[in-house]
Parts: sequence; C-alpha cells; structure tokens
Amino acid sequence: MAAEHTNSHAGLAIGAGSRRTRVLVRVALLLGVLVSLFPFYWLVVMASVTTQDILAYPPRLVPGTQLLHNMREVIDRIDFFTSLFNTVVVATVGTLLVLFFDSLAAFAFAKYEFPGKGILFGILMATYMIPSQLALVPQFVTMAEFGWAGTLKALIIPGAANAFGIFWMRQYAQNSLPDELLDAGRIDGAGFFRLYAQVALPLFRPALAFLGIFTFISLWNDYIWPLVVMVNPDKVTLQVALANLNIAYNTDYAVVMAGALMSVLPLIVVFLIGARHFLRDLAAGATKM
Amino acid sequence: MATLAQAPPSDSTEEPARTEAPRGRWRRHLPPYVAISPYYILFALFGAFPVFFSFYLSFHDWDGIGSMKFVGFRQYYWLLHDSVFWHSIVNTFEIWFMSTVPMLFLALVLAFLLHSQVRYSAAWRVAYFIPNVTSMVAMTIVFGSVFAQAGLANSLLKAVGVDGIGWLTSSLGIKSAISLMVIWRWVGYNALIFLAGLQAIPNELFEAARVDGASSRQVLFRVVVPQLRPVILFAIITSTIGGLQIFTESQVLFYSDDPGTAGGPGQEGMTIVLYLWQKSFNDLQFGYGAAMGWILFALIAVFAVINWRLVSGGDRDDRRGIPLLRKGGRNGR
Repeated sequence: MAAEHTNSHAGLAIGAGSRRTRVLVRVALLLGVLVSLFPFYWLVVMASVTTQDILAYPPRLVPGTQLLHNMREVIDRIDFFTSLFNTVVVATVGTLLVLFFDSLAAFAFAKYEFPGKGILFGILMATYMIPSQLALVPQFVTMAEFGWAGTLKALIIPGAANAFGIFWMRQYAQNSLPDELLDAGRIDGAGFFRLYAQVALPLFRPALAFLGIFTFISLWNDYIWPLVVMVNPDKVTLQVALANLNIAYNTDYAVVMAGALMSVLPLIVVFLIGARHFLRDLAAGATKM
Repeated sequence: MATLAQAPPSDSTEEPARTEAPRGRWRRHLPPYVAISPYYILFALFGAFPVFFSFYLSFHDWDGIGSMKFVGFRQYYWLLHDSVFWHSIVNTFEIWFMSTVPMLFLALVLAFLLHSQVRYSAAWRVAYFIPNVTSMVAMTIVFGSVFAQAGLANSLLKAVGVDGIGWLTSSLGIKSAISLMVIWRWVGYNALIFLAGLQAIPNELFEAARVDGASSRQVLFRVVVPQLRPVILFAIITSTIGGLQIFTESQVLFYSDDPGTAGGPGQEGMTIVLYLWQKSFNDLQFGYGAAMGWILFALIAVFAVINWRLVSGGDRDDRRGIPLLRKGGRNGR
C-alpha cells in the first residue's frame, strides 16, 4: 500500500490541514465503519439470545448464551448441511469452470489473430448488457426441457463461462503477458494449449484470484435463479433454505437469526482471506472500464 | 490432441500459401476458435435462445404445461392497463431515487475522507466493503427485524421520545427501509470505486493548478470532478441498472402466499422484478412475465443511454476554461 502514500494528493486532501480536521476525518470514518458493521454485530446478538429477549423493550444490546442452542435448532428444522453442501458445490465447481473457460477464451482474444475476432468480441460485450431477468422465464423452461430443473447442473452450467470474466482476463492478458514469452514457447514447439497451460495460466494468477473470489461470492449469494429453478424443496441452496426458514419460523426470531448467521459466516471468511487483492483489483477494473 | 493441430509458425510460413492456404489457415486458427467456443455455445443455449424464446413467448398465453395460445400484442396491452404493474414501476423508481442519490453522495464524501487517510487504508476498505459481500437474504432478515414495529429502530426512536415509524407498514416507511438497505450495501462499494478514480488523477494536474493559483474549491470542481467523470458515469450506470432490478429485499421482507399482499401493505414494496417473478412463477402466466421482462429491458436500455448522454454531454462545458485539461485530461477511457 506504499504507493498510496505518495499518490495521496497533499493540498487537496481534506485531512492534510490542521490536526483538528485530521481527527475529525478519523472520527467520521470510524462512525461510518460502525454503521457498516453494526448489522453483523446485531445479527450475532439476536442469534445468541432467546426470541423473548429479541422482542423485549428496552432491547438487549449484548450477545447472550443461546448461540449453540439456536444453531442446533436450525439444524433440526431444516436440512442445513445439505443446502450448505449444495452451495459449496455450486460455488466451487462454478468458479473453477468460469476460471478455466474465461481465461482460455481471454488468452485467445488477447494473443491470437483470427477471422471474425472483432465481431465475436463485440457480440461478447453486447451480451454483457442483457439483464438476466429478461431470460428468467424461458431459461427456466429450457432447464425444465433439459430435465435439469431441480439439479445443481441448472445452477452451474449456464454460467460456466461469462462475458465479464473474459473481458477482465483479456485486459489483464494484454497488459501482462509479453509476446516474447509466447514466441520463446513457440520456438520450443509448444502449441496453443501448451502455451495457455504452461506460459499464460501461471502469469494470470493475480487476475484469476480476483475473478475467482468475485465469482464465488456471486454464486454463493445468488437468490432469484436458485429460487426459481430448484423446484425440489429438499434440494435447495443456502439462500433459498434461509428464506424458507424465515417463512416457516418467522415467529422464532432467534432461530432464524442463527440460520442467517450460519449462512453468512463461511463467505465472510472466504472474503477476508482474499480481501486485500480483491479490493485493489475491483477498483482497478472500474477505473479502466 | 488439439496441440497437434497447430503447426509451429516457422513451418506455416515456409509452406507455399497457394496450395495449402484454406486448409492450413483453418488449422492454424482452430485452437483459438476452440478456446472461445465454450462461451458462445453456452450463450447460444442459455442466453440467446431464451431471449428469442422470451420474445416469442411474450405474444402468447402459456401456463408452462398446456398448449400456447397466440394473443398478439395483448400481453403488452394488458400490462399497460395493469395498475399493479404501474404501481411496481413507480415503486421501483421511487426506491431507486431514494437510494441512489444519497448513496452516490455519501460514497463520494467517503472516498474523499478515505483519500486523505493514509494509515490503515487496507483495513478501512475491508470494513467498508463487507456489507457488499454478504448475502442479501440474511441481511434482509436482519434489517427486517430492525425495522419491525417493536424493532431496534423504533426502540431507539422511542428512547429519544419520538413515536415509532411504520417502517414495514406505511408507504414512505417501506420505501425508506428498502432504500436504507440498498444504501448500506452499496456505499462502500462505490466509495472504493471513486477512491480508485481519485488516486488515478496524476499529481501534475494538482501542481499545475496550484502554480496557476487555483483555490481548493476550484481544484475540486475544475480538476477533481472532471477527472472523475468516467468513474462517476460507471457508478451511475451500474447503480441504475441495479436499482431497476431490486428484488430480494421486497421478496424476503414481504413474502406472502397470497398474491394480493405480495410486496407488503398496499403493495408499496412491489418492484418490477418482484411482480415479474410473482406473475411468472406463482401465477404461471409465462407470457405475461416474458412481456414484463421486455419492458424491463427497454427501461434499462433507455436509462443507460440517458445516463451516458448526461454525463458525457457535460464534458465540454467543464473543460472549456482549463487548457491543461484539454490536453491531458481525457484519461480513464
């Protein structure tokens, strides 16, 4: 993060003035963080007390001792581990497929010339603009026709290659994969797929990390599509299971909150592991768009 | 296997182009085509086909099981005479406006604050980004309890002597509650995007402005804002497209088996996508849902174009007085 120090434009920067303004800036930022994180704290509080405590006035503001009990209730009432397993499979397999197909296509677009390349890339970018809800009904019909409705395939296969990822990886490949390296590989007799696997892929690592975390988070959190296509109530993802828990037991606040906490925690852990790189690349992507 | 298909480049250039050209060319280009084909195959099956099918479907009556009945433009006609649909459009725009304007303003302020703060910057970013990562369903459940009649929000108001607000029962309350959720979720995200834009502004621009004797105010409006334009445009477009697609908040907050009360009391939380989902998958009116999808698509397209015009059209005026920006200012695109 050292670069940010030098790049912070002294003079414009609000906090660069007096000591007092600097303190004020920090206080404002801290308040913002409190607002940003409070709902998570509140979730922990509600998941760890009894439902009566949640409804009491004045509200109880510190965590209680019922967390394990509430979590056990969740596991008893819904098939939590099945939906967790489904979500993990969808997010993991889906992410790996996206990383493979997107980086492969990006490698071709960035480093090879072939007839129709410009048009094909234009089509790709145009498809990126289509809102997914437009195809919600017919996509469901397609899945039903294929016999995929209610299976994990319906959640994994349609999104196994996406325009955003190809665009993102292609940008990266153009900037950070030197042609000399590929030429050297060609002299050694390597073809397209060997060059992809042995030269390009290792260099793509940072961009793949961002795309991987991004895709994993989107797949984990997706709600409307699993809600529509997972027609079998025994086979749903975590998000749908949680919504169902909320519908069926919405008077047992504490249990629903424990379920919400259990669905949120794994993803936060994944995010915190990759957060540093992820946030840097996210911003870089938007400013280059 | 496919590696064999590609001859080393030295071979292909030595061969006489005339005799082997079409076949050799095809073989040389085969690997990149293979590499890009998965996306196009998947898109054809699960993107293009459904889109065309949805167009076809929007001219039919169909419950998904029986036979389709051609009705021409009647689905669109009914849609335009459906008061719930209009209500959902109005609600969506109200929520969009109530969330997007404060959200982008707060994000801009936050970006400036973060920009001046060089210590622990990674930790700040993580803290501000976490709301964006977490599942909407879980956080909607949390906010639902905060905004309940006897929830935390009203308890706090009660503590300072204000009567409770019908967050989930009144029109303004429902829209405020949903907007606050959207704001909470997206402020950090947009602030980080703006922050990156700020940090990409070359230092020389500030130095030159200072040499010319510009005040802080002038620097802000003549240097920073014009330079941030592409990034602000990006944020406005993505927020608009996202705002028109609000679904989870309303669906989870106001789930009901009774279609008449979906979207909450007075259907004040009914959004376009919620109505689309409800008509398609609760009432099994697939043709109606498909027609709604096309209207949503048209709205998004219109707004993307308007956004684009507004933000890039203003470019000329702001740059007029500043020769410096005319030369080096067009960055980021």
